[in-house]
Amino acid sequence: MTYRLGIDVGGTNTDVVLLDKENRVIAKTKTAVTSDIVTGIRAGVGRVLEQSGVDGAQISHAMLGTTQVTNAIIERRELNDVAIVRLGAPATRAVKPLAGWPDDLRARYAEYSWIVGGGHEFDGREIASLDEAEIRSIAESVKGKVQAVAITGVFSPVNTDHEERAAGIFREVLGEEIPISLSYQLGSVGLLERENATVLNAAVSSVAKRATMSFQQALADLGVHAALYLAQNDGTLMSVEYALLYPILTIACGPTNSMRGAAYLTGLKNAIVVDVGGTSTDVGVLVNGFPRESFVAVDVGGVRTNFRMPDLYSIGLGGGSRVTESEVGIEVGPKSVGYRIVEEGRAFGGDTTTFTDIVVALGKATVGTHAVQLPTDFAQRAYDIAMAKTAEAIDRMKTSAEPVPLILVGGGSVLLPSELEGASEVHRPENFDVANAIGAAIAQVSGRVDRIFAMDQKSREEVLEEAKSIAIAEAIRAGAEASTIEIVEIEEIPIAYLPGNAVRIKVTVAGTLATYNFGSKVGAYANH
Amino acid sequence: MRITEEDLEALSIGAAILGTGGGGDPLIGKWMAQQAIREHGPVELISLDEVENHDVVFPVAMMGAPTVFLEKVPAGEEGYVAVRRMERHLGKSVTALCPIECGGMNSMIPFVVAARMGLPVVDGDGMGRAFPELQMETFHILGVSGTPACIADEWGNVVLFETVDNFRLESFARACTVKMGGYSHLVDYPMTGEQVKNTAVRGTVTMGIQLGRAVQAAHRNHSNPVEAVLAATRDTIYGHGIALFRGKVVDISRRTSDGFAVGQAHLQGFEEDAGKAMVIDFQNENLIAKVDGQVVASVPDLITLLDPDTGHAITNERLRYGQRVVAIGIPTPEMMRSEAALTVWGPKHFGYDIPFVPLEQAYPAFYQQAGVPNEKEKYLVQSSDASR
Repeated sequence: MTYRLGIDVGGTNTDVVLLDKENRVIAKTKTAVTSDIVTGIRAGVGRVLEQSGVDGAQISHAMLGTTQVTNAIIERRELNDVAIVRLGAPATRAVKPLAGWPDDLRARYAEYSWIVGGGHEFDGREIASLDEAEIRSIAESVKGKVQAVAITGVFSPVNTDHEERAAGIFREVLGEEIPISLSYQLGSVGLLERENATVLNAAVSSVAKRATMSFQQALADLGVHAALYLAQNDGTLMSVEYALLYPILTIACGPTNSMRGAAYLTGLKNAIVVDVGGTSTDVGVLVNGFPRESFVAVDVGGVRTNFRMPDLYSIGLGGGSRVTESEVGIEVGPKSVGYRIVEEGRAFGGDTTTFTDIVVALGKATVGTHAVQLPTDFAQRAYDIAMAKTAEAIDRMKTSAEPVPLILVGGGSVLLPSELEGASEVHRPENFDVANAIGAAIAQVSGRVDRIFAMDQKSREEVLEEAKSIAIAEAIRAGAEASTIEIVEIEEIPIAYLPGNAVRIKVTVAGTLATYNFGSKVGAYANH
Repeated sequence: MRITEEDLEALSIGAAILGTGGGGDPLIGKWMAQQAIREHGPVELISLDEVENHDVVFPVAMMGAPTVFLEKVPAGEEGYVAVRRMERHLGKSVTALCPIECGGMNSMIPFVVAARMGLPVVDGDGMGRAFPELQMETFHILGVSGTPACIADEWGNVVLFETVDNFRLESFARACTVKMGGYSHLVDYPMTGEQVKNTAVRGTVTMGIQLGRAVQAAHRNHSNPVEAVLAATRDTIYGHGIALFRGKVVDISRRTSDGFAVGQAHLQGFEEDAGKAMVIDFQNENLIAKVDGQVVASVPDLITLLDPDTGHAITNERLRYGQRVVAIGIPTPEMMRSEAALTVWGPKHFGYDIPFVPLEQAYPAFYQQAGVPNEKEKYLVQSSDASR
C-alpha cells in the first residue's frame, strides 16, 4: 500500500492530510503555523503518521502548498541580487525595468539592470538581432555580484529564441549553476508585468531552494522519502526540479488548493466554492474542475505582475468577524478577532461578539464551549447583513443568472445555511475543513500556452492544434503522464488593429503525475 | 500650470474616464511620461488663451494596436523623431505640442515628447474623448489638413504622408503602422497657433486631471467616487455628467471587425434601476446606451462605465460578467455636435440608424436643475417647448 501526503501552509494553520491509493482521507491534522515553518510541518506530518500507523516509507508522494515565497517578497527577506536584462532595444527604453516598483526594491535592484538589442515583433520577426557581445560583457561585469539572472525578451511568448540564447551566454560566463529566470515561462503578453514576475522569480530562487531542501529534510527525518511536488497558483503541481526554476508560481496557491479540494470532495467540476475562514470568505468559481482565472493584474509585495491567479471575490466576513452596533447601524466585519476567537468569542467564554456568536445565538449552529445569549432582533439583523454580503459575493462570481451548485469549505463554513440565494444546491463535503491540503494532495500537472497567433496563413484548426501540442509538451516536461492529459480550457481572444486576423489563444491542459520511480531522486537536492 | 509626475497620476485616472471604454489603458503611457519628466523636468501646460497666433503647434499621438504596445513598449524617441522630421519638412520650428485625443493613452504621449524637447503642451485636443480614426478630429471638421503628417518607429524610420484628404491619411498611415510592428508615433494636423485656437476642444487635459483628482480625493475622504466624478464635470465646457444606470453586467459579446473590437454589454439594473435593462453598443469606444430599448445616450456624448467602489473607468476589454457598474453620461462639448461633426462621428456614421439626441434633451428635468453651459441653453428651451 502506498500513500500520499498533502500539506498546506497557510497564514494561521498548517494542514496535513494523508490519503490512501484511492485518495481516501486516512488521517488529518491542523497545527498552528510556527515561525520556523518546517517545525510545524514536521509536527503535522508526525501526527498523521502516528494517527494512521502508516510507516513513512510507504508514502510515495508529498505535495506542498506554501506561502514561504510570497512571505519572502512581502517581508523582503533573503532575496537575491539579480542581473535584470531586457531584450528589446532600441524599443522599450521609454519605460525602464522596475517602473512602478516600491522605492526600497527599486533602489536595491536598479544597479544591475539593462536593456539590450534583441526581442521580436508580434509576428515573430526580430526587432533587432540579439546583441551577444553586450550580453557577454554584462555577464562578465556581474560575476560575483549577483546570485541570479532575469531575462525578458519582447514577444518571447511568440518566439523564445533570444531569451534562450541570452541564457546560454550567461551560463557560459557564470557557470551552469547560476539560476536564470526566463520570462516566457512565467506569463503571457504584457512586457512589464511579465518582466516583474521574472525578476521576482530570480529574487526568490535561493530562498525557495532552501525552503525546499529543509522541507525535504524534515520529511526524511520522519522516514518519508517521497517524490516531492509543489502546488502552483493555477491548481496544479510542479516537480521539485521545475519549482526550483520557477518558485514564483507557488504564490497564492492556498485558495486554489482549497477550490481544487472542493471539486474533488464533491465530484463537481462546475460550481461556486465558498471558503469561509476566520477573517474572510473567499468566493471562487470552478470551471471544468479548475479555478477560473482573474483578469486583473495582481500585486505581489507592491509589484505589479501578470500572474495566473484564481479569480476570487473576498469579503471581510468570517467566523471571527466582530459584530458591532453604533449610530451607523449594525456592522459585521471586516474587523476580526481571527484565531483569537477561541479566547475572545462569546461561544468560547470571551466577551467579544463575533459572527460565530450570532449564528450560535440563533440556534443555527453548534460551536464552542459556552451558550450565547444575545437579543434575538439584534442577532437576526446581524445575520441578515452577513447573508446579504455572502449572497452578493456569490452573485458577483456567477457566470450566468442561472442558479448553480455551491460548495462550502473551510473551518467557518458551518456558519452558513444549507440554502443560499442563487445556489441550486449547497454541498458540505466531508473533510471540508482540510479541503486545501486535500487539494494539494490530489492536484494534477498542467501545461499552458498563451500567445498571439496569425490565422491568415493557417486554418483555425491547425492553429489550435499547434497551441494544444505546445501546452501538452509543457505538461509532460512538468511531470505529467502523457496518456492522461486532457484539455482544461481553450480561449480565443481577437486582437484589435492587427492584420491577419490575429488572435490570442490560451490553452491549458492537465494530466496526472507520471509514475514515480521510487528512490531515484531521494535527497538529490538535499545534497547541494 | 507645471505638470509633474503626480499630475500624471491624476490624468491617467481621468483620461481613462474620457476614454469612454476604449482609447487604450493610460498606464504605460503614464510610466513613459513620468520617466521623461524624471529625466528632463516638468512640462508646462498652457491654455488656448496663452497660445500666440504665430505659434507652430504639432499634435502628437500614437496609433495602432494597444495589445502590441503593452508588449513592445516604445523607445521613447519616436515622437521626437517625428516632430523633428515635420519641422524639417515645413521649414519651421515647433513652439508647442498638443494631444489629438485626451481620452485613454494618447493623453500621455504629448508629455513624453514635450519633456524631451522642453516644449509646452496646449490644454486642448481634437475630440475631448477617444475615437478610433484620424479624421475623427475637430481639426478635420473645421477644415485643417491632416497632412503633411508623419509616423515614426523605434528605429527612426519615418514615413511622411501627403494625401488629398484626411480619410486617405487614416488608411495609408494605418497600413504603414502594421509594417512598423503594430503601432507608430504620429504627428498630423500641423497648425498655426491661430488654427489651434479656432479648432481645438478647450481645456480637455485639465478636465482629465480634474476628474482624476476628484477620484483621488474621494478615496482619501472615503466619499462616493462616482458622485465625485460627476461633480467634477460641473462648470466645464462639457456640462454636468449624469448617472445613467446602475447595474450588473449579465452578458458581454465581442468580436473584431475591420480591426475594431465590436460588441455589446448587457446590464441588469439594481437599486433604483431594478427591473430595467441597459444595452451598450461599442466599437472600441462606447457608442450607444439604451435602457429597455430606448436610446438614452449616443455618440459623440461620452458613455463610460465606472466601478462604483473605486470610481475608476472600466475599459471594454476588462469588462466581464458579474461586475457592478455605474454607467455615466457626460455631454460632449458643443463644438462636437455641429452638423458637419455629426456626419463624421454621429450614430449613423458608426452604422446605427438613429438620430443623435443630446443628453440635455434625453434628461430635461436633470439639466433644468443642474444647469448647462451657456452655449447649450438652446437644448433646455427646445425640450421645454416639446413638453408643452
